[in-house]
Formats: sequence, structure tokens, C-alpha cells
Amino acid sequence: MTPSRAAFAAILAKDLRSELRTLQSLPAMSLFSVTTFVIFRFGLDRTSLSGSLAAGVLWATLLFAAVLGINRLFVAEREEGGFDAIRLAPIDRSVLFGAKVAALVIYLAALELVAVPIFAVFFLDGAGGLGPLVAVLLLADLGLAATGTLISSMAVNSRARDLLVPLVLLPLVVPLMIAATGATEPLLALSGPSYHRFGTWLMVLGLYDLIFGLVGYAVFDFLLED
Amino acid sequence: MPPPSEQAEPAIAVAGLRRDYGDRPALEGVGFELAAGASLVVLGQNGAGKTTLLRVLATLLRPSGGEVRVLGCSLPDEAWKLRGRIGYLGHEPLLYRDLSGRENLRFQARLHGMPRSAAEARIGELLQAVGMERRADERVAELSAGMRQRLSICRCVLHQPELLLLDEPDSNLDVEGRELARELIGPGAGTRVVVTHDPERHLPEADQVLRLGIGEAAVVS
Repeated sequence: MTPSRAAFAAILAKDLRSELRTLQSLPAMSLFSVTTFVIFRFGLDRTSLSGSLAAGVLWATLLFAAVLGINRLFVAEREEGGFDAIRLAPIDRSVLFGAKVAALVIYLAALELVAVPIFAVFFLDGAGGLGPLVAVLLLADLGLAATGTLISSMAVNSRARDLLVPLVLLPLVVPLMIAATGATEPLLALSGPSYHRFGTWLMVLGLYDLIFGLVGYAVFDFLLED
Repeated sequence: MPPPSEQAEPAIAVAGLRRDYGDRPALEGVGFELAAGASLVVLGQNGAGKTTLLRVLATLLRPSGGEVRVLGCSLPDEAWKLRGRIGYLGHEPLLYRDLSGRENLRFQARLHGMPRSAAEARIGELLQAVGMERRADERVAELSAGMRQRLSICRCVLHQPELLLLDEPDSNLDVEGRELARELIGPGAGTRVVVTHDPERHLPEADQVLRLGIGEAAVVS
């Protein structure tokens, strides 16, 4: 068997190289988030948001932008025979799950590097809450990537995958979004950032990541069977 | 003749193989044995189950019934033991279109755990063997179907597999390409199963022939 670390690095490097070369996911995700912020700005007719409304706008936008990337996560494997090539190689198949989760976390982090500063410019009066927000983003990205990878691998063989991914994914990430907005809300409070129940929500996010990470690891091998 | 216990185990032993797609049987009652180092040519009309047979042997499809042993491993239970020992050349080239040919081969080499220096040497040798060294750094999407097939042949033999499963290996290849490919996947390449619609070319190289028919028992000759 090929060492898992080498196979993980090979698959992740292949995905990142393909994305850098074709720019199929990241520009679309970024453009979608910016457009959505513009729509919220004019739709709500507000130049300043705080608390739960700010957290809701931020996470709804990031979630729907993430769906665009999740939809395309396994397209190359499906359309270019990558699944067969990986199934023929002497590697633990769950390595593919890990590498795809890592690739999606990197895409989401890149998306947030663009989207969060634009969100702050459009809607926030100060940037005080953005520092601790990084921890929330990181934990939410891990959970979203684990769940998204799992659902994407199940939907990729369907012709209706563009429909299936949001239909199946969105209900599954409701707990994640509740925890992410719960942790974000006090950070974006009108009176300045506070840490009310911040640790509790981070633990919920961590627990969600752990559960869906383990579920994905456990069932991914089965999902790759014919 | 040595007693049965001392006889070498065949590279492939198939008995009563059945594979269904839903309610529709694609293969039924297929049985044959292939000795190590021998070539089996599989013939049959479209839809007879040739590709399905190859994908079952490659562990890409699970058999619905019957017994299948490949390189001493029983399928599907011991499929994991076979990974990395088979070279599979299918209808799809199994190459990423946005990577170059060389990058695709490096990726495959890493999946197969080949050391970097050995992989680079092997890749260079194979690209030269199929006449692709000058186009190896172009994206696969920009190459012709024949060039993709040449690269796919390199991918198939890159890790020096013990068994070659070749589904219409000559497709899209020009005369020169066929001759070059023959060096890598021809009769001297070890144990082979070749699915073909070109019996004139492949039958003279065959040690055994398997004829598959739609709704008919497989015939081995």
C-alpha cells in the first residue's frame, strides 16, 4: 500500500493545481458572495448591520457560495475517470475523502479572504470582531467541508447533482449554521464584540466537525464501490 | 505432469461469473482459466459484456455471482490485495484533462508509491517509447484522441503491473502508434486480457480466445 500521507499530498496537489489552472470554482464562489452582499445591502436598505442579522447575512452568503464549490468537487473524478484511477491504485480510499475535505477547506478559506473584508466594508462599523471570527470560520469550514465532501461524492453520479447537493446538504448543515451564527452574533454586536457563550458554540462546531469527519471517513470506502 | 497441488495457480480463474445491472444480466455463466504469461483475447458483439468482464477482473465492478480469482485473490473479498498489481486500459483514458501528460503520469506514480527519481526515469522512458516526449507537457485537453490513448497506455504500464486488462487498446491509434504500443502492451508484456473488435490483428497473438454472446454461454477456444 502507498503511504496515506503521500497519496493525500498527491490528490490535494492535483486538485489545487487544476483549480489554479482552470479557476472553475473559486472565482464563481467569490463573485457569488460579492453579488449577494450587494443584494443584501440594497434589499435591506441598510449600510450597517450588527448582531444576529449581520451573522445571518454573512453565513447565509458563505453557505450558498460554498455550495457552488461543493457541486464541482468530484466532477473531474467522475467525468475524467479519476474515480477508476484511484480505485485501481494501492491506496486507502478514505485518503480521497481527506484530500477533498482539505481542498474544500482551502477553497472556503480563499473565499472568506475575499468575502469577509467586503462584508466588513459593506456592513460593519468596526473590525474588532473579525479577529476571533477566524476561529469560527475555521471550525465551520471544517464541518462544511466534511459534510459537503460526503454529499458531493454521493451526488456526483447523478445527473441531478446540481439539485441534489443543496437539497441534501442544506438540512444537514442546519446545526452547523446555528452554531456558526450563534458564535458570530456576539462578535458583531452593535456595542462591540463580546464572548457570551462563544466557547460553547465553538465546542458545538468542533463536535459537529468530529461527527461528520468520522462518518465520512467510515462510509467513504463504501460510497466508492460500484 | 506435476500433481494438481504442485501445478501453478492460473493467473485468472473464473467460474459461473454473473454480473447484473439491475434486473438485466450483462454476463451470465462465464468461465475460463488463463495461465500466467498467457494472452486471452475476448471477442463479442456490442453489448455482449466484454467491457463488463474486464471491469470485474479489474475490481472496478463487483460480480453478482460465480467465482472469480485474479492473481490468487478471490473477488470481491480480496480486491484490495489486487490494487496496484493490475494495469487497466479502458474506453476512458483516466487522465485529467487540465493536467499535462507528464503531470498525470507523476500523479499516478505517486498514487502507486513509486519513488520520485524512479518515477521520473520510468515516465521519461515510457513517453519516449510511445513517441510523446515532445508533447508530454501540454494539457491533455489539447491533445488528440490518439495521443491521449498513447498516454493512457503509459499510465496503464507505469507501475509495471502483473496483469494487463486492455479494452480495445488500438482505438484511436494510428499505424505508428499501434506499433509503438505493441512494445509496451503486446504479447511480450506478460499476462494479458485483450478485448477487441479487430480479431485479425489480435487472434494471432492469443493463447486463448473467449467469445461472448448476448444471452449465450461464453465459448473458450
